[in-house]
Amino acid sequence: MSVRVYVPCDSGALSMGAERVAKAICAEAERRGLVIELVRNGSRGLYWLETLVEVGTADGRVAYGPVKVADVASLFDADFLNGGAHALHLGVTDDLPWLKNQERLTFARVGITDPVSLDDYLAHDGYRGLRNALAMTPDAIVQQVTDSGLRGRGGAAFPTGIKWKTVAGCVADQKYIVCNADEGDSGTYSDRMIMEDDPYVLIEGMTIAAIAVGATQGYIYLRSEYPHALVSLNTAIERAQAAGYLGEHILGSAHTFHLEVRRAAGAYVCGEETSLLESLEGKRGLVRFKPPLPAIEGLFGKPTVVNNVISLATVPIVLDKGAEYYRDYGMGRSRGTLPIQLAGNIKQPGLVEKAFGVTLRELLYDYGGGSASGRPIRAVQVGGPLGAYLPESQFDTPLDYEKFSEIWAVLGHGGIVAFDDTVDMAKMARYAFEFCAVESCGKCTPCRIGSTRGVEVMDNIMQGKQVSKNIALVRDLSDTLLNGSLCALGGMTPYPVLSALNHFPEDFSKASAIASETALADPA
Amino acid sequence: MVQGHNELIAEKIEAHRGMAGGLLPLLHAVQDAIGYIPEESYLAIAEGMNLSVAEVHGVVGFYHHFRTHAPGRHILQVCRAESCQAMGCSELETYVKARLGVDYHGTSADHAVTLEPVYCLGNCALSPAVMFDEQVLGRVDKATIDELLNTLEAA
Ligand SMILES: NC(=O)c1ccc[n+]([C@@H]2O[C@H](COP(=O)([O-])OP(=O)(O)OC[C@H]3O[C@@H](n4cnc5c(N)ncnc54)[C@H](O)[C@@H]3O)[C@@H](O)[C@H]2O)c1
Ligand SMILES: Cc1cc2nc3c(=O)[nH]c(=O)nc-3n(C[C@H](O)[C@H](O)[C@H](O)COP(=O)(O)O)c2cc1C
Ligand code: SF4
Ligand code: FES
Ligand code: FES
Repeated sequence: MSVRVYVPCDSGALSMGAERVAKAICAEAERRGLVIELVRNGSRGLYWLETLVEVGTADGRVAYGPVKVADVASLFDADFLNGGAHALHLGVTDDLPWLKNQERLTFARVGITDPVSLDDYLAHDGYRGLRNALAMTPDAIVQQVTDSGLRGRGGAAFPTGIKWKTVAGCVADQKYIVCNADEGDSGTYSDRMIMEDDPYVLIEGMTIAAIAVGATQGYIYLRSEYPHALVSLNTAIERAQAAGYLGEHILGSAHTFHLEVRRAAGAYVCGEETSLLESLEGKRGLVRFKPPLPAIEGLFGKPTVVNNVISLATVPIVLDKGAEYYRDYGMGRSRGTLPIQLAGNIKQPGLVEKAFGVTLRELLYDYGGGSASGRPIRAVQVGGPLGAYLPESQFDTPLDYEKFSEIWAVLGHGGIVAFDDTVDMAKMARYAFEFCAVESCGKCTPCRIGSTRGVEVMDNIMQGKQVSKNIALVRDLSDTLLNGSLCALGGMTPYPVLSALNHFPEDFSKASAIASETALADPA
Repeated sequence: MVQGHNELIAEKIEAHRGMAGGLLPLLHAVQDAIGYIPEESYLAIAEGMNLSVAEVHGVVGFYHHFRTHAPGRHILQVCRAESCQAMGCSELETYVKARLGVDYHGTSADHAVTLEPVYCLGNCALSPAVMFDEQVLGRVDKATIDELLNTLEAA
């Protein structure tokens, strides 16, 4: 029997040279007359160890990493095909504490299987949720999702079951399931990982949603920055269709569901659901007024479920193992697990799926291992570019939607970006305004004009000009944005700005302090 | 507009006529094929998709991804979002701009590379990140950039 060698095809691993490593391993095996079976799996999510190579042994999969092309010959010399000792030897993958202490529900298969192999998917409990759903009434499916406590993982945390119930309750000749795969938040990549590394779980979740609400057409609105996800989704859709999991008479039932991927075009605001729908209709991504909610008048005016990738990809396990199984994880009103993404200046960045309730400190230090630079972590931004910056004094906050609201912060899509003590928080506040200005859809004045004005005011502060007057102006502008914006792009830009100002005020008066020092030193 | 483009664009229009919300897929198809969306094609696109020229104009202009001028042979996108900032991307940006002798949206004099900013490539676990054509690179430093551009110059 030939030995199985796993080299990830996830774009993160590829960005560290996984393709070249895979080729080098094949070439070296051939040179030595050894027969191996190369599997291109997804990423286990331990990105600092990419390219993480695994070998199937009698004790389970054994990991080596980070592997570079130059290490390949020595791995063979060390008999890595039998799990031999080597400087890069990490032990049995499943026993690595970083993985072992996670609760991987949504990410159960990620990194383990060949993403586009339907057989692999089925062999690892795939499509069990759909089979259960097909034996249930649509109402019972919606009830099960409601009972699981699953809330929108795109960031707004609205209960998924209740959203579905609204759509299910509408009478219409056509309904749609739209997957929001625009993942624009910096520091987030869980949607990308699901789409590249386990695309069938998203397809299965969307199919279950379609059956639950009576939709027959689905779209995945995929950001254009994700070319690898596009390929893996399209391959999986084609294979699912050929095997009867999509299209007409799904698994011999009366249900029909067609699914298509549509590429976005690089506008952050198109992640906002109504802007997304405009874009899917072929228009500029101007945000719509709500109500009407998309659940009632969505794509082409029809009732539409818009859900994030992770929300939809979590549905199969709920339908497979039951609402209670999922709901038993978590704390308070935040039920289940959150795929957390560690990013920025962090030593061990990667995907940590944990039940709600884990603290930031555990994530940053136990999983993250502290900063990459070795300097103190000074600030973390949670929840993307519209999320607040948290200082060290807030690191004991548990990940829970309500606990975060209490400290005027958001969990959002679960991205955590760490900054060490070289960060200039005034610069980060300026960037938040700049980002809002670049990405504003232009429909309302506070966002369109206010963001540009914010950049100017921050420039003055950073040059030490009339600092206290200008800080008051930043607060005024933030108030206007908070209260006068149509959507959360303008409405939440004050989160990063004001949290930076409130928690790190010293960074906003640095320039004026320097200016006054020079003035004293040089009284000319 | 380059010769042959007209026909190619006409083909793409034909393929997307009648498609629900087909304008974005059409624009993608055109840009994938010829690298940009020539303004001279707006009229044909508008007629084919039952829209006004102003609408086509508005859509092309709204999205950062669409270009109205021919880019260089390669596209280099440098991520400048928060996670990459936390790992020093601003230094990298300065370096790349100097190396290519252009600012963002510019094309190097030898037409080899067009430089674009990007706000997150989903590779934030391996910041700073850049995308070269469709290839993502992680933990990028000056040496990575040099290696990349030197191979181009040698080619
Ligand atoms: N994932 C990302 O990349 C990203 C980027 C930017 C912002 N965000 C997040 O987006 C959030 C804001 O999103 P939003 O403006 O869509 O929030 P929202 O509160 O307006 O809506 C949340 C969801 O619930 C639905 N909904 C609300 N009431 C409903 C009802 N009665 N019946 C059925 N459905 C109902 C909405 O249609 C929507 O789908 C922010 O909190 C931010 O964290 C995410
Ligand atoms: C500016 C802006 C950008 C957004 N970007 C995304 C996104 O990229 N992905 C996402 O799922 N939701 C995003 N949202 C939230 C969506 O509007 C919507 O709440 C979500 O898709 C609903 O799905 P969920 O309930 O499954 O989370 C964004 C919201 C705003 C205001
Ligand atoms: S807040 Fe900004 S992005 Fe949102 S609708 Fe208004 S102008 Fe558009
Ligand atoms: S539309 Fe005028 S403030 Fe939003
Ligand atoms: S912030 Fe640069 S890849 Fe995400």
